[in-house]
Amino acid sequence: MGYALDVLPRILEAFLRYTLLATALASALAAVLGLVFAVIRRVRVPVLAPLTTAFVEFVRSTPIPIQLFFLFYVLPEAGLTLPGLFVGVVTLGVHYACYYAEVYRAGIDGVPKAQWEACTALSMSPRYQWQHVVLPQAVRNVLPSLGNYVISMFKETPYLFLIAVPEMVQEAVAIGGRDFRYLEPVTIAGLIFLAASYPSAIAMRRLEKRLGHA
Amino acid sequence: MGDLQIGAWADELLAGLWVTVYITVLGAVAAVVVAFALGLLVRMRHIVPRTIARVVIEFFRGSSLLVQLFWLFYVLPLLGYPLNPVVVGVLAFGLNFGAYGAEVVRGSINAVPKAQWEGTVALSLSPYHRMRRVILPQAYPLMIPPFGNLLIQLIKSTPLVFLITLTDLTAVADQYRASEGREAFIFGLLLVIYFVLAYVFTLVMHLLEARAKAGLGQREDPRKILAYRGPMEEEREAA
Amino acid sequence: MVTPDTSAAHTAGHRRDGDPLITFDKVVKQFDDHVVLRDLDFTVAPGERVTLIGPSGSGKTTILRLLMTLEAPSGGQIWVDGEPLWHMRKGDQLVPANEKHLRAVRTKIGMVFQQFNLFPNMTVLRNITEAPVCVLRKSREEAEHQARELLGRVGLEEKADAHPNQLSGGQQQRVAIARALAMEPKVLLLDEVTSALDPELVAGVLNVLRNIADTTDITMLIVTHEMHFARDVSQRVMMFDGGQVIEQGPPEMMFGHCEHERTQRFLRAVLEQR
Repeated sequence: MGYALDVLPRILEAFLRYTLLATALASALAAVLGLVFAVIRRVRVPVLAPLTTAFVEFVRSTPIPIQLFFLFYVLPEAGLTLPGLFVGVVTLGVHYACYYAEVYRAGIDGVPKAQWEACTALSMSPRYQWQHVVLPQAVRNVLPSLGNYVISMFKETPYLFLIAVPEMVQEAVAIGGRDFRYLEPVTIAGLIFLAASYPSAIAMRRLEKRLGHA
Repeated sequence: MGDLQIGAWADELLAGLWVTVYITVLGAVAAVVVAFALGLLVRMRHIVPRTIARVVIEFFRGSSLLVQLFWLFYVLPLLGYPLNPVVVGVLAFGLNFGAYGAEVVRGSINAVPKAQWEGTVALSLSPYHRMRRVILPQAYPLMIPPFGNLLIQLIKSTPLVFLITLTDLTAVADQYRASEGREAFIFGLLLVIYFVLAYVFTLVMHLLEARAKAGLGQREDPRKILAYRGPMEEEREAA
Repeated sequence: MVTPDTSAAHTAGHRRDGDPLITFDKVVKQFDDHVVLRDLDFTVAPGERVTLIGPSGSGKTTILRLLMTLEAPSGGQIWVDGEPLWHMRKGDQLVPANEKHLRAVRTKIGMVFQQFNLFPNMTVLRNITEAPVCVLRKSREEAEHQARELLGRVGLEEKADAHPNQLSGGQQQRVAIARALAMEPKVLLLDEVTSALDPELVAGVLNVLRNIADTTDITMLIVTHEMHFARDVSQRVMMFDGGQVIEQGPPEMMFGHCEHERTQRFLRAVLEQR
């Protein structure tokens, strides 16, 4: 037990500095990029829309670790040598943007047709229509789903260690390897995940109920 | 273009692909078993099995698959079990995806119209017959799309087994990278292979769904089955 | 739930000739704070055909659902064929029934629902044979033989291998009737069985029920708005309102010159729609 308490601070530090940070940044990227994808597909921009659809389907169907490896090794070849954390955030962000695109689509579809018709009746420009009427309602509809995906992404941040980004799980395993006592550090890492994600999951479910979802 | 040396590596790649496929299948079977076990337990009226099942479900859904995998890999030997990476992998996938699957099972059973339950009461069917003959057959077609999504996520998680010393497709790719370089090629190739795998399994799930619906007397257009529908989005956390 | 003492008339455990088949003894049913049935008392003789009429919310469907053990009473006792329904005997006392007891007494009662409730994952034949095989432990051949016979009586022999969703509403309801009869119940409960049907299909179902009433001596409790049918088939009509029996009597009396003003008002409103 004493050993567990000894290693706790280091693991927590890794958690806050890397895991949480990566999740926050990647979520922000995913939220914005996903919205862009969703709107492009919805508005059916010629050329861009089918390309976006193909891209989204491809990224959604392939594993994150491979995408991480791909970007990590390929970007330097293209002349961009970027720090691991950056590559990790971009990969996670783009990957989850593809999930978000689908979630936004459902949210947009969920806005009653009558709303669109009211905008037309009031002669609103498309931009105004999207910005002030449709999107606010769409996003509010799917807020719980978005929240769930943030939690999901948070649980996939350990993949980042594959590209040498120090994060919590790797730190736990490294500590364990030093003293050959894996049980405590890895358990602590697991418990931190639980402690962070279980309350969030409950909060999401409560939010879902409050917004009147089935 | 240079020498990709693909011929020399073809055998390894196929072997790696085979490992990926059988881990997927075994993990999926384990997950289905766990999903039904937990899904039915959590619906029982008695508070003890219900709470135990709920705790197990929330635990495996709330923590990271990677952590669970590592934990089992490092901890199982401490408990005296011989270290078998396949067992660890299948167990971790089975428990994690089974926990998500349990929610799918529970939700699908709840989605069967209440009137059907009343019909079984009117005929005096026992709870066992009620479930087996009436409720589960109707819940089953509802379960297939979400299970299909979980299956795709399982496939996307198989690269993790490379970290517990199984030589799957990703492990072979890493060996290739270490030996030949050419990362863009090999990882690009891997992305395509995983994509094809996902598509094939999705097709299989669509066929299963069509067959299940036929069992309910709803025939589906064969063209619809083969048309490409991307993995439908239902959140993993859908309660 | 209230657990009353055994009442003297029913200590024998089995019904004697002349005793009613169904007894409601001060039955109370409450949903949250809405009381649907208050201290309801009535009996049904074996072989009797009783129609329950009244406005919605008057409790008629609740009575059927209590008998079919789909709802539990909040108070009072219900007796079917000499046995308590929602209670069981423990020595001299009556205690709330457990699941096993309920399942045993349920087999004596059959119900046909407004929405048919056929099982979509089985063929028509299978729908009818499933319960006899699983519950009454008949052999599959015996059950199928009986099922085909019943299908013949409801006029649907050729549909034995069809799926429910390939049948019209009227046909599905006739299958539902056959399915209920396959369990050989002593009591058949019919809950507005034609209300969900297209008008042209109603006659088919009613004729089947008339036929059953003529050719068997099964006790029937019918909730319906079809007054002509009620007049043809029943020996007694009971008018409900607010969870109480307002008036009851033979159809000629009820439809001809009933006394209670509420009944008159109700019948006038219903018959006017025809």
